[in-house]
Amino acid sequence: MGKTGTWRVFRPVIDKEKCIKCWFCWVYCPDAAIARKEYPEVDYDYCKGCGICANECPVNAIEMRREEK
Amino acid sequence: MNIKDLPEDENYFTPGHTACAGCAAPIIVRNMMKIFGKDTIVYTPANCLLVFGGTYPYLSWKVPYLHEAFENTGSCIAGVSRAYKKKGKKVTVVGFAGDGGTYDIGIQALSGAAERNEDAIYVCYDNEAYMNTGIQRSGSTPYGASTTTTPAGKKIPGKLEHKKDMAEIMRAHQIPYVATMSIAHPKDFLEKTKKAKETEGFRYLHVLSPCPTGWRADPAKTVELARKAVDCGMWTLYEAEYGEITNIYKPKKKIPVEEYIRGQGRFRHFTPEMVEELQRWVDEKWERLYGEKP
Repeated sequence: MGKTGTWRVFRPVIDKEKCIKCWFCWVYCPDAAIARKEYPEVDYDYCKGCGICANECPVNAIEMRREEK
Repeated sequence: MNIKDLPEDENYFTPGHTACAGCAAPIIVRNMMKIFGKDTIVYTPANCLLVFGGTYPYLSWKVPYLHEAFENTGSCIAGVSRAYKKKGKKVTVVGFAGDGGTYDIGIQALSGAAERNEDAIYVCYDNEAYMNTGIQRSGSTPYGASTTTTPAGKKIPGKLEHKKDMAEIMRAHQIPYVATMSIAHPKDFLEKTKKAKETEGFRYLHVLSPCPTGWRADPAKTVELARKAVDCGMWTLYEAEYGEITNIYKPKKKIPVEEYIRGQGRFRHFTPEMVEELQRWVDEKWERLYGEKP
């Protein structure tokens, strides 16, 4: 229970080559599903796929991909 | 204070809560809690946060947490704060109330606590309607917004009245600290939160909290909407100490209000006259707060 990742329709995928480590995604994530490791890491157990991270990323390093069954 | 100065893994409001995707309330609460720290007592009245933050047997809070009736935020945080003071413990007491619990239902207890200058922080996260119970209009709902109690149709074009300026009412109480904040300005947000924590006496923080469900907007645009609200003047960021505005943020370029309301379903029925009316209200507010014409 509580694993809100099952709600997700679109999955954020981070392109590490484009990432500038500004950590906006980490601050803006409503679900604390992005961890501050060497690069941002998404916890897909909790990510609801709202897309705020992708929308706010200043270098467009996050892509929202449709979840496949 | 920069976002990189925030503690990395300290989450006092943990993932697994059941807020709608794209909700701004957990962004507000989670980042504030990182600054308030572990010696914090949290109170919430009836609001979305109460429901998604913990329904038995689950709880997202990692700090002592209590909830009481809808109208009691002011009195409960006052009581908790006094009890801890009597025991000689130094804690931060925070009440997180929504706009309904602040503008309408909780204003009496809030005003009382402010007048007595109780040592507590009151946070109003303002999503501009009673979202928890199904989007009913509140004192905070802006002009023309369609809600379930002010449905836009043949009889009325959405809410007929303008938004009440709650932060100004709190400023008139001349309490030690009043701040209006936005999630789209994280540096400003964190600095104000830190200042609130360090100030003694009654502190009132007011954050605009875009609600994708109630505003009928794209969940991904939550932060973008918060930013546009500041840029168009619908939401003004300032700090006030003992009733005097000490710091006010002025957008570099003022955008027309139409740019903000576009993409929000609650304003979908707007006619050019209605846009004009909303713009007039925004310009008046701008002139009042900045002391000059936009």
